[in-house]
Amino acid sequence: MIKVEFLGPIGKENLEVEVSTLSELGEILSKDDEISEWLSKCAIAVNDEIVFNKDRELQSGDKISLLPPVCGG
Amino acid sequence: MVEIFEGAIPVEETLSKWYKSEKSRNYGAFIPFVGTVRDEDSIEGLSFDIYEPILLKWFEKWQEVAKERGAFLKMAHSKGDVLLHESSYISAVFSPKRRVALELIDEFVEDFKKNAPIWKYDLKNGKRIYAEERSQKIAGSGLLK
Repeated sequence: MIKVEFLGPIGKENLEVEVSTLSELGEILSKDDEISEWLSKCAIAVNDEIVFNKDRELQSGDKISLLPPVCGG
Repeated sequence: MVEIFEGAIPVEETLSKWYKSEKSRNYGAFIPFVGTVRDEDSIEGLSFDIYEPILLKWFEKWQEVAKERGAFLKMAHSKGDVLLHESSYISAVFSPKRRVALELIDEFVEDFKKNAPIWKYDLKNGKRIYAEERSQKIAGSGLLK
């Protein structure tokens, strides 16, 4: 099971899903009306490391975070 | 080190503490940057969310950059509400030489604005409104679109 968390202003409860790659997760999230509009704006972290490869394989227990646009300071 | 405060940062106390902790360590330059909430666009203040695990990793990478140049960084940020004319952000660089410190504070603060996982909201009429138009996508955004 993969845990998905939505950070900052997305305002959605965590999800738990069965997927083996980020691409599969993207397909699931794109069907969710609350989330689909955020996908083009969000960076993705796996276990708190930002990732750049959509084909990355996932393992049970991994934590995925969606990070929307930031503005610290 | 990153210090996270609930609400406004106690600026004088924090700067004084940082100054005292480093002043005998032979750094010739100490450059603090203090960000203060301005009275504009009828806001009552700002509010912040922080994702600490990635913030700390991001900061440690910059601390390594600083170390390679003989310098040292400190940073403090608020979470929750910060009202007008209070401060939500301080960063500082300590370095043997001024040129390294001036360049590093500029690079560090610019990357902070682009990549530190912190979200800003305007406080307006008692509501907390995401400052999306002032926000920047983190490097690598759009991977799952």
